[in-house]
Amino acid sequence: MAHTATSSHDKGHGHGHDGHDHHDHESIKVFGFWLFLITDVILFGTLFATFAVLRLSTDGGPTPDEMFKMPGVIAETFILLTSSFTSGIAVLQMHKGNKKGLIGWLAVTALLGASFIFLEVYEFIELVHEGVTIGTSAYWSAFFTLVGTHGLHVSVGLIWMVGLMIQLARRGITPVTQRKVNIISLYWHFLDVVWIFVLTVVYLMGVM
Amino acid sequence: MSNHDHNAHGDANAHGSMKSYIIGFVLSIVLTILPLVIVLNDLMSKTATIIFILIMAALQFVVQLFFFMHIRDEKKPRFNMIALIFGLVILLTVVAGSIWIMAYNVVG
Repeated sequence: MAHTATSSHDKGHGHGHDGHDHHDHESIKVFGFWLFLITDVILFGTLFATFAVLRLSTDGGPTPDEMFKMPGVIAETFILLTSSFTSGIAVLQMHKGNKKGLIGWLAVTALLGASFIFLEVYEFIELVHEGVTIGTSAYWSAFFTLVGTHGLHVSVGLIWMVGLMIQLARRGITPVTQRKVNIISLYWHFLDVVWIFVLTVVYLMGVM
Repeated sequence: MSNHDHNAHGDANAHGSMKSYIIGFVLSIVLTILPLVIVLNDLMSKTATIIFILIMAALQFVVQLFFFMHIRDEKKPRFNMIALIFGLVILLTVVAGSIWIMAYNVVG
């Protein structure tokens, strides 16, 4: 806490007079990130539309209800839900000025995210071993593209989160790192929502 | 310290409380377990199940948006909210439009 206060004070010297402008600048950047999220909504929308159209096009090959293993998918779901919650706790810790708590909860979030990716990669490898690849049929092309794009988003989020944790350890909680933590938690909650729709539309409707 | 005071004033409503996060988390767990139980035990007819699990997913989205992403706490003008609504309109147009047009795409 003492360290945080000092470092933000030091930063404050440089542009103490335009503190308010600086704050506005940060909120514009948060808005910019919302616009990015909207474009991502549309990206996933097109992939969901493709998947919905091709949901029956298995070309006489393996069907989703034969291939899906729900225990792994359920585990992935609860891991990601919990990580969405822990990234929220990280933001709360940040607003309390608790740098260690913030980095700790971000680390928990990143570990949960990594477990999610591990399970998803394991699922993909199993599918490929059982003869289902992205080229098997239109259905599986749509499946791997949609689920894989979500997994790629989570992976990018993990790299970003580790980078941010290093930056937080070095610079402490400043208006800039604060904005970055807020943005990454928005991203993480967004990916959780996308996964819930993947679970509903791809897996649950697939095994019905 | 000035930084901390600034937060207490400027963003007092913008990051929720532990209580609201826990409520959001519990709701999101419930909204996930219900569809799983119903689908894995075949408790409803096919159409009813599809409608039910889509409603649960939409509610999950609302829970994350309100309890975790704090969309309610945005100050006016609500540009984030407006951008989100715009995105959702495009999303629904693309998804529903694709399904609709392909449902009637009978060759011959």
